[in-house]
Amino acid sequence: MTKLARFSQSLTSGKLIVIGVPMAWFLLLVAIPLLIIMKISLSEMEATSVSKMISWTNGLPTLKLNFSNYQFIFSDALYVKTYISSIKYALITTLICLGIGYPFAYFMARAPKHIQPTLLMLIMLPFWTSFLLRIYAWKTLLVSNGVINNLLMSLHVINAPLDMMNNSFSLTIGMVYSYLPFMILPLYANLSKLDLRYLEAAADLGTSPFKAFWLITVPLSKAGIIAGSMLVFIPAVGEYVIPELLGGPSTLMIGRVLWDEFFSNNDWPMAAAVAVVMIALILVPMAILNRAEAKLEEA
Amino acid sequence: MSQASNKVFANGWMAAVYLFLYLPIITLVVFSFNDSKLVTVWSHASTRWYSALMQDSDLLSAVFLSLKIAFLSALMSVFFGTFTAFALNRYTRFRGRTLLSSMSTTPLVMPDVIVGLSLLLMLVSLQHWLGYPQRGLFTILLGHALLGTAYAAVVVTSRLKEMDGKLDEAAMDLGAKPLQVFTLVTFPLLIPALVSAFLLTFTLSFDDVVLSSFLSGPGYNTMPMVIFSRARLGLNPTINAVATVTITVVTIAVIASSFYTSHIERKRKREMAFAYSDANN
Repeated sequence: MTKLARFSQSLTSGKLIVIGVPMAWFLLLVAIPLLIIMKISLSEMEATSVSKMISWTNGLPTLKLNFSNYQFIFSDALYVKTYISSIKYALITTLICLGIGYPFAYFMARAPKHIQPTLLMLIMLPFWTSFLLRIYAWKTLLVSNGVINNLLMSLHVINAPLDMMNNSFSLTIGMVYSYLPFMILPLYANLSKLDLRYLEAAADLGTSPFKAFWLITVPLSKAGIIAGSMLVFIPAVGEYVIPELLGGPSTLMIGRVLWDEFFSNNDWPMAAAVAVVMIALILVPMAILNRAEAKLEEA
Repeated sequence: MSQASNKVFANGWMAAVYLFLYLPIITLVVFSFNDSKLVTVWSHASTRWYSALMQDSDLLSAVFLSLKIAFLSALMSVFFGTFTAFALNRYTRFRGRTLLSSMSTTPLVMPDVIVGLSLLLMLVSLQHWLGYPQRGLFTILLGHALLGTAYAAVVVTSRLKEMDGKLDEAAMDLGAKPLQVFTLVTFPLLIPALVSAFLLTFTLSFDDVVLSSFLSGPGYNTMPMVIFSRARLGLNPTINAVATVTITVVTIAVIASSFYTSHIERKRKREMAFAYSDANN
């Protein structure tokens, strides 16, 4: 078949349209913007616009690359510290979510079959209600004259209000709270498919339930653990709203730096460079996530 | 550990997690009926923040704008998300499949600030060359539709995987053209998934603050943008009232839609059982 014949055949069968429409949509809104952000990170801010990368002198194009944004990021101690701190908070969030979410997903998968859909819906429901409002709710709970402090003081558990707000404690609580469903859902999907006969066989052979859990259940749910962890870790690195509302000025998060470069300093190339370094940091976790999801699909 | 104490531990753990998830929401609702200006100190019950809400023209126009954007972006999301799901599930081999599948999952995990900034820089370059689009409703809509498409694709994909291709094949054997197969067989079977994708992408759009802030222009403040700017300044009882209204509406919608989808599901199972029993007689 000639190329043209194949092309016209795929056009009539609709294949070209079915593939072409989403392809064009995502190229325009994902791929091209990511290329542009890289391009702009290599330019500098000139008055109100971004400097041109290619300038024409005597009819010849000259390429002007400006690496000063990156130089600045890597030489400035505060930027480096902020990246490290963002990764640290994302990591802590991921570990706590796993610690709370794994047992939860495990118990949910073992709950009576007929109540499982309800349990699942109760996990999803907060996800449907506004994320912003739920973060705001934590603010009303945690501030020094907030609901928790008032309650504890009226019960005479404490005499002075606990300092729970605008620090790493409030930031971590907000992050764990927001991302917990993202950990539970892939773990539950994975654990609910686990073949219980393996565990029965292990028990028949005299393995204790505790040992069977570590030797059978955990290894078999590896794909779920990885997918859940990455689904929490990757967006948590760049989180902006939670540190802005709950973190106070002392907690360093790179999403806020990007926001301030853009909205307060109006330095678009710098904001773009901050974003490109962040993308570089989450590239490996994203590759791991893609592999884990492919594995989950196979199962 | 004995079997019984295991059970107690499991139930206790689950109850604690649910408490953690719902405690903030419950407090929001309870304190929206608090008369005191101090959000966290209970005085006595009143609906004064709801009447304040009705007079808050900034917030009300923001709510209206958000509803408009959410509705339109959910429609676009379901449209493009269905295309994406079909492209990735019905055609397992084509050039660029890996590219399409990784581009479609990028908005799901990529931090919002990066998606917002990169989209904005693209739109600004576009405007530089074409003089279009101006930042405002349309640009916010594009950002929300992009995010929504990624989620809608996931929802539709999981439905497509459950459906077996046999019905499509049967229709084709009976002489239906590809487009007819879609409109007469596949599409009706997909409707519950499309409804839940619409609801999900609607709420995602209605909730978004980061993308909107990057993509919005002067005069276009969505409801989350207004709430966010107030919440940054401190606690504000009108936010509790807005929250309660939103939570009530969303809860009713989610429960109603889950009843609707399970009703459709049961109906279809009945019809299928009926068809099979007919065929066997």
